[in-house]
Amino acid sequence: MHGTKILEEADRLMTVCNSCRYCEGLCAVFPAMEMRRAFSDGDLNYLANLCHGCGACYTDCQFSPPHEFNVNVPRTFAIARAESYAAYAWPRAFSGVFARNGLAISIIAALSVAAFIFGFAAFNDRLVLFGIHSGPGAFYTLMPHNAMAALFGAALLYAIVALVMGVRAFWRDIGEPVGMLADPGSLWQAMKDAGGLRYLDGGGVGCVNEDERPSDRRKIYHHLTFYGFLLCFAATSVATLYHYLLAREAPYPWWDLPVLLGTLGGVGLLIGPAGLLKERWKRDPELVDEKRTGMDVAFILMLFLTSLTGMGVLLWRDTPAMGPLLAVHLGVVFSLFITMPYGKFVHGIYRYAALVRYAMERRQMGRGATE
Amino acid sequence: MVDLTRKFDVLVIGGGNAALCAAISARRAGASVLVLEGAPKFYRGGNTRHTRNMRCAHDAATDILTGPYSEQEFWEDLKRVTGGQTDEELARYMIAESKDILGWIVEQGVRWQPSLGGTLSLGRTNSFFLGGGRAMLNALYLTAEQLGVEILYDAEVLDLQIADGMFLSAGLKQGGGQVNVSASTLIAAAGGFEANIEWLREYWGEAADNFLIRGTPYNRGAILKMLLANGVQEVGDPTQCHAVAIDARAPKFDGGIITRHDSVVFGIVVNKNAARFYDEGEDIWPKRYAIWGRLVAAQPDQIAYIIFDASSRNSFMPTLFPPIEAGSIAELAGKFELDAGALEKTVTDFNAAVKPGTFDHTILDDCRTEGLMPPKSHWARRIETPPYYAYPVRPGITFTYLGTRVNRQARMLMKDGKPAANMFAAGEIMAGNVLGKGYAAGIGMTIGSVFGRIAGREAAQNARN
Repeated sequence: MHGTKILEEADRLMTVCNSCRYCEGLCAVFPAMEMRRAFSDGDLNYLANLCHGCGACYTDCQFSPPHEFNVNVPRTFAIARAESYAAYAWPRAFSGVFARNGLAISIIAALSVAAFIFGFAAFNDRLVLFGIHSGPGAFYTLMPHNAMAALFGAALLYAIVALVMGVRAFWRDIGEPVGMLADPGSLWQAMKDAGGLRYLDGGGVGCVNEDERPSDRRKIYHHLTFYGFLLCFAATSVATLYHYLLAREAPYPWWDLPVLLGTLGGVGLLIGPAGLLKERWKRDPELVDEKRTGMDVAFILMLFLTSLTGMGVLLWRDTPAMGPLLAVHLGVVFSLFITMPYGKFVHGIYRYAALVRYAMERRQMGRGATE
Repeated sequence: MVDLTRKFDVLVIGGGNAALCAAISARRAGASVLVLEGAPKFYRGGNTRHTRNMRCAHDAATDILTGPYSEQEFWEDLKRVTGGQTDEELARYMIAESKDILGWIVEQGVRWQPSLGGTLSLGRTNSFFLGGGRAMLNALYLTAEQLGVEILYDAEVLDLQIADGMFLSAGLKQGGGQVNVSASTLIAAAGGFEANIEWLREYWGEAADNFLIRGTPYNRGAILKMLLANGVQEVGDPTQCHAVAIDARAPKFDGGIITRHDSVVFGIVVNKNAARFYDEGEDIWPKRYAIWGRLVAAQPDQIAYIIFDASSRNSFMPTLFPPIEAGSIAELAGKFELDAGALEKTVTDFNAAVKPGTFDHTILDDCRTEGLMPPKSHWARRIETPPYYAYPVRPGITFTYLGTRVNRQARMLMKDGKPAANMFAAGEIMAGNVLGKGYAAGIGMTIGSVFGRIAGREAAQNARN
């Protein structure tokens, strides 16, 4: 017996799949399944988070609906994953944010943006808010750098703590001792697998999305999004180092490293999320957890808005629009940070942890075979 | 919409591996091709849906094959499983052609992978489809569509107009009536008749009602029947079919691979009278797997029970349906309405006859019974550790062997021995030419791809002349 209805269904499917195994070459899920004869709640949550949702097993399955065996692994695991995010949320009181995620994230984002606009207006007079500022320190006439760094540092720190607690809950649920997460070989293997989206390719030909024709579009858009996000993060980090180590204050000229990194990342973070949203729209409804469309869309939109507002600041930073644009941008980024542990962002964290465990299991199996 | 008023160069009836290989091959040779698949889109592909590998000869190991498998060795395997009931010239030709199929099928978009978990014994001889048979079909359909092959689903053919071995047109069901689709050549690749219980009953009597069909309900043999009625020479024994023991709880149709049981060697098999009826340890995989369908078919009510104990519970692949469990043999008997006393006696007699040995299910080991009829020649271990388990099994019909005779062009032969003017056959509908009886894993797909490719090529050429 399992804790939830969806895990009951996942168990039924894994029993079907484990007696077939035709899909074992498609991704990591099925080889991981084959290492087991029975499935605990934790095993199923592990497999669900290991699944990248490429959809190949659904299209390749002779037992997918309308067959009476009704095997739909991508959708079942999508629902199980979403339920697992809520179960691992820290603090537990916030797990409800996952239930109506689209609405929750929108409200938090709106409040955050409003707070920055209100704050800018309250702490600055109109001339400063709509003034033209240029040269080093221009942004900080609106909000002191230390205040900005403290606020965003705290938001990020909170997100990191909440995410770490979530991973801890996941790691315990799947039955691994916490210390085992610090296994360098497996961490590195998982980093390669995650960085290349190795298992988002249907075993080599690409994902299936709207029909049985595989394509690499989702993988490419995801790469643009993820690496765009990393570049933006790198831009901010470099700028912080400039500020404290070199005493060089933003804004920086267009050719300087933070701007180059941020612009490059920002472009990725516009095209990537837009593409993912388009693919999500076209996706075969059979493959997705329809009830959580809001969660997917909210996160993708937040990333898109982060980039859009950031690019806005870059383009109009020498005009009176800079003040309001900066307020909106900071509002979006702040809400992105504080909602990270309570939205789609966590998929990457849990999937990475699942890949670490898969790498460990593979090595153990390998050792077993050679001994 | 497909224009059905035009005359196609090649009409392919069927939608599985053989049909698609034929369609692609004909199209690549320049012919216009229409494929009529009788099933709806989801169920397209007949038995190919449930396959996972193909047996091809090869001279050296490859990325996915662990060693060479020569034409001669393939031929000897085929001769052995068929007991010589094969057309040697045609079979050897197929085996020679199979070498090239390994690469050709990849060019059609199909992807290989090393042999699957639990089937390592086939790692040298058989190439496995990445994602299984439906993945293979998806790739072939995609390629066919890209090449411009026209495909219709739910396309039931009601009759064939044939005059003196010359195909003229096919009557396609449309609404309440039918339209005649004409083509210069016909390729019949519509499978066997295993889903046609009434037809099976002609040979098996009422026993056929208890058969389970492992593939789709669409393999009803309608095209085969029409061809034989129009003077095409038949080949193969109508009572022969590939049948394995599958779980009695499986659905009537389309349970596929996952309902099979490969646990016979770990226990004993009894019929509804709680009596053993065949040597469970006779031979190594795959023979031990392939004979049990027919053995169960010959038992009263076509039912049997594989009985084993806790020591074997985790010795074989997990099964779709869990085994029925009981604390004692008598209790187990009660769960199947078997005579408890009779089953206890069967198990006791068996246990008493087991001689000590070293158990190894991967070889013909020395664990055997003595003084028992029928004996268990290998892998005999006492059934004495509770809990006890049983799987109820029935015959699961995979495919039938009755078909149309063809020559090495895949061209049908008429009853008088003359080649048909413009009719070809590929796949299960002509498998009986090379597979008179018995079975070797993956050979159905070899027959389909090799003869499909040949039929397409020949039909395209025929249409041009």
